[in-house]
Amino acid sequence: MNTSFRTCSVTGLKIHSEAEKLIKINAVTSVVFLLVGGLMAILIAMTRWPAVHLLPEDLFYRFLTLHAIAMLVAWIIFMEMAILYFTSAVLLNSRLAVPKVAWLAYILMIGGAGIVAVTILLGKADVMFTSYPPLQADPMYYLGVILFAVGAILGCCVFFATLIVAKSEKTYEGSLPLVTFGAAAAAIIAIITLAHGAIIYVPTWLWSLGIIQHIDAPTYRLIFWGFGHSSQQINVCAMIAVWYLLGTLTVGSKPISQKLCRTAFVLYILFIDIASEHHLLVDPGLSPAHKSWNTGYFMHLAVLASMIHAFAVPASVEVALRKKGYTKGLFEWLKGAPWGNPAFSSLVFSMVGFGFLGGITGITFGTEQLSIISHNTWRITGHFHGTVVAGTTMAFMGLTYYVIPLIFRREYVAPKLASAQPYLFGIGMFLVSFSMMFVGGFGVPRRHWDITFTDAIFKVSFNPVVDIGMAVFGIGAILAVVGGAIFCLQAVATLLMGRKLA
Amino acid sequence: MSISVPETYWWKPVDREEKIWVTVALIWCIFITLMMPYWHFTGKQNPPWETYKIKPEQFEKLAADFIAKHKVGEDNGIPVVEPPPGGDAFLVASTWKFEPVLKLQKGQTYRLHVSSLDYQHGLSIFPINMNFMILPDYDYVLTITPTESGDYRIMCNEFCGIGHHNMVGKITVT
Repeated sequence: MNTSFRTCSVTGLKIHSEAEKLIKINAVTSVVFLLVGGLMAILIAMTRWPAVHLLPEDLFYRFLTLHAIAMLVAWIIFMEMAILYFTSAVLLNSRLAVPKVAWLAYILMIGGAGIVAVTILLGKADVMFTSYPPLQADPMYYLGVILFAVGAILGCCVFFATLIVAKSEKTYEGSLPLVTFGAAAAAIIAIITLAHGAIIYVPTWLWSLGIIQHIDAPTYRLIFWGFGHSSQQINVCAMIAVWYLLGTLTVGSKPISQKLCRTAFVLYILFIDIASEHHLLVDPGLSPAHKSWNTGYFMHLAVLASMIHAFAVPASVEVALRKKGYTKGLFEWLKGAPWGNPAFSSLVFSMVGFGFLGGITGITFGTEQLSIISHNTWRITGHFHGTVVAGTTMAFMGLTYYVIPLIFRREYVAPKLASAQPYLFGIGMFLVSFSMMFVGGFGVPRRHWDITFTDAIFKVSFNPVVDIGMAVFGIGAILAVVGGAIFCLQAVATLLMGRKLA
Repeated sequence: MSISVPETYWWKPVDREEKIWVTVALIWCIFITLMMPYWHFTGKQNPPWETYKIKPEQFEKLAADFIAKHKVGEDNGIPVVEPPPGGDAFLVASTWKFEPVLKLQKGQTYRLHVSSLDYQHGLSIFPINMNFMILPDYDYVLTITPTESGDYRIMCNEFCGIGHHNMVGKITVT
């Protein structure tokens, strides 16, 4: 068994070489998928902006499907695997348990994601991320998703096994660090989520092979969203663990109350998956009692958890900066914050974007009456670009700015560009998210190739202010994609050409 | 530090500021939770939940009979139908059209049955922006009372294949 370690010269942490390799390969793979998803993003954004209307209809829907898979599934879950290995083996000074299983997990995930991507690009799965039956994709599409999910479950198991190894080999004393605790919460949610994925994708795969005759549409929707939305709750939980991590790495913050922060993570495990119900509020069949119960107090206990983190993270940053001497008035600590550090600015954009753009709007959709005016409009897309892109993606980008020097031990090739990158990407995504929600309020549908309805038998003419919203969206999308490209190119160039750190 | 093992006494009492914050947040969460059933009973508009299982062929037949009985004209090749006020009306979604065009009267209540003959579709009523799902094998009954006259559009807002963006229907209210 390979148990060689090195000691990090910056943090003093002991790093297991197998864990390091796995963190590297998962992080690199995730950035490659971010690049693929980003390329798709600019193509579909420039199609939705009616002033440009770039792609033909079939390519638009195909690339939209690939964009969602590459971003929502591949970029984020590969990065989460890197986070799980980092928060278990590295933060606990432990060896990674069963590295062979972790490699098998990686192979299954990359194989699955590859099969899905190729099937989509071959035009055999123009079904969107949701793949609602009776719309059918090639069996390879469902098989790819299943392989990926099995791989991700194995990765979570390696994480839990490492926690056990660290405890029994006494690599640390006392309780888990908060970040590891948060990652454990994310891994528990991941297993619940991926189990839903298996429950619904296996019969759907058999149906696509002709072995099962029929998939009931509302049953699929109910179980699918246990996977489709809950997979984004893994992100929320992992993102908040990363917030605490970035707070510590950038300004040396300490959690204000470990007790509350940990309680909040437990509330996520217990209640956040129920938020998935809000996809079904205007579906046939479900009773108002069912809807109110599931999106009512259960969901709001998860909201309470978010409110706890919303206080704890900024407060700990403020306390840390005040301790550094920025004590004048109410806001001097804000002036003294390291705004040029891309990890810090990413953290701030992530918190503001997730909370104010994505989070609040998401909670409103959980009300059945408000779902009537928002379901499947672009308002929904705006909401999750606030949570997943402005929120999770920015947090993970911020983390990458530490992974590169600490794990890959390379110096950025363009540090000035790194400082500017979060601002470009963040402002771009805020414009994208906000404009999507704005025009969605006028009824502009999501997943739609032509909102000018040129070929439709009945014309629909939106309020002219929608044109302005679409232009703001287009400009925001260009800014964000430029910011995203700088991030990806910087990461790749640094890995290939960056000066080696001792 | 969030990345190191917490001090032995990490369960020490929560600070006053944080206690106030959590209390206010909890009260607000309870309030918005109670608003949900409250609004269901006092608000004037809820998503309907009356639903029946039905085979697509059966629904198509019911709708065809309804169209034949109440047809008053044609619009772009789609039959225009004036359902009896207070009665049942049918709207059929299929790739990529809505049938028929409905002529409704202001202030009258209709039981609008919607279902799909093939894929999942969306029912987005423009410009009032009301959105519902249309699923195959299920007859979703929307009890509606138009309150303003005018020309309305129905857009499909659930992806249903490459021609999805052309799927537009029409309702007129007089």
